Amino acid sequence: MEIELLLNGIPRRLDLDPRTSLLDALREHAHLTGTKKGCDHGQCGACTILVNGRRINACLTLAVMHVGDEIVTIEGIGATDRLHPLQRAFLEHDGFQCGYCTSGQICSAIGMLGEVELNWPSHATADVSRPTIELDDREIRERMSGNLCRCAAYPNIVAAIRDVAVNAAP
Amino acid sequence: MRTFTYERAVDAASAVETAARTGGRYISGGTNLLDLMKLEIERPEHLIDISRLPLRAIEPQPNGGLRIGAQVSNSDLAAHMLVREGYPLLAEALLSGASGQLRNKASTGGNLLQRTRCPYFYYEGPAGCNKRDPGSGCSALGGFNRGHAILGASDACIATHPSDMAVAMTALDAEIELLAPDRSTRRVAIDAFYRDPGTDPRIETVLEPGEMITAVLLPPAPRGRQRYRKVRDRASYEFALVSVGVIAAIERGRVDLVRIAFGGVAHKPWRARAAEASLTGQPATMASYERAADVAMADAVGRGHNDFKIELAKRTLCRVLADTMGSE
Repeated sequence: MEIELLLNGIPRRLDLDPRTSLLDALREHAHLTGTKKGCDHGQCGACTILVNGRRINACLTLAVMHVGDEIVTIEGIGATDRLHPLQRAFLEHDGFQCGYCTSGQICSAIGMLGEVELNWPSHATADVSRPTIELDDREIRERMSGNLCRCAAYPNIVAAIRDVAVNAAP
Repeated sequence: MRTFTYERAVDAASAVETAARTGGRYISGGTNLLDLMKLEIERPEHLIDISRLPLRAIEPQPNGGLRIGAQVSNSDLAAHMLVREGYPLLAEALLSGASGQLRNKASTGGNLLQRTRCPYFYYEGPAGCNKRDPGSGCSALGGFNRGHAILGASDACIATHPSDMAVAMTALDAEIELLAPDRSTRRVAIDAFYRDPGTDPRIETVLEPGEMITAVLLPPAPRGRQRYRKVRDRASYEFALVSVGVIAAIERGRVDLVRIAFGGVAHKPWRARAAEASLTGQPATMASYERAADVAMADAVGRGHNDFKIELAKRTLCRVLADTMGSE
């Protein structure tokens, strides 16, 4: 089927088999290979992208289901000459080794910080009935648990996200 | 993945009609269905995308209860202040499941219908699975069954239901609203929604062909305190070995109201009504909780690797009862 997807603000016409996951549509058809395929089963988070501002696993959804949505991948977040604050923080804090999970980590962290701004609770929140959230390291770890890093750069990933969260706080 | 045709539903009434006519399957968040389609365990020929139907509201009801549209995402439900204040058990259960990404996608209706993570169901191989391939046997019975059921199981299947959300809803006495292809609606208590595995564990719910979950209805927020506690192999992003949802109130040192539901122990969220009855009116002490835990697990059967779950379920229940009501 021929569909139109809005990828990083640009409408793209793609001719896809209905079986095509959004991840495969991005990588194999739109040639946006910044989004990575790890497990392809929603277990590793390497394919995390933002759809209508929310983080999701691109591997566990069909491309045809996203006609009309605003899809943002790592390519839409920053570039070498205009890094997103999280990209800069990952560099400064050495938040990766091989880098394969990094685009997913960064998209996930952007989505996660938006969720904190909306005061969404997490499993690390002691009292979910309190209307405001304070983002400490425990909260960051819990909220980022859907993104695995097999190089185990976790401490530096947490430091990078904490850095951006603290500096963005009002 | 097998081939299928796809359509986006225009409204719920036409979607149920199409589903009944074509035998099509509904897809919403897709986080479980697509996973199973990749493995060709699920092989729908037609997909009806219901994710954009206007079933996304969380609305207070005239009776003081709450109506949750079936398309409300798990994260929106957990974040809603009416849920966090009146039904914190439900928010805690939702937040203990999956990851942020998955909760953003997964719907309320889909969460109820997610399928077991029994490895013999999930990974096709020489080992049989009656749920996947009827008549092929249950490999978990004499196999690796550390995560499997201790209550309600049959010789045909000892798989568990993976949902946390549904455990909280079971303790909360939720009802599920269903829309049929003839456009009639009915409500089913969540405890009656899931079918026992019996001899044909493929059939998991009382849903009729074409029927669609349109909402979950919660009664008015119960008095007392609520708590959901999940025990698992890692601290986050993991299914429960055992989980417990409790609603409890004490009056002059005695248990005045208690509702108990277990997760990870059966093919459905397991409501422990006999334990509730035995605990009601008793002093709010650890001795009472231990007796209630024995009642809750009186019929539990271990299959070898999962024997530890019986003791774990008792201890987890005692701990949650002490958290909610205190202990002397």
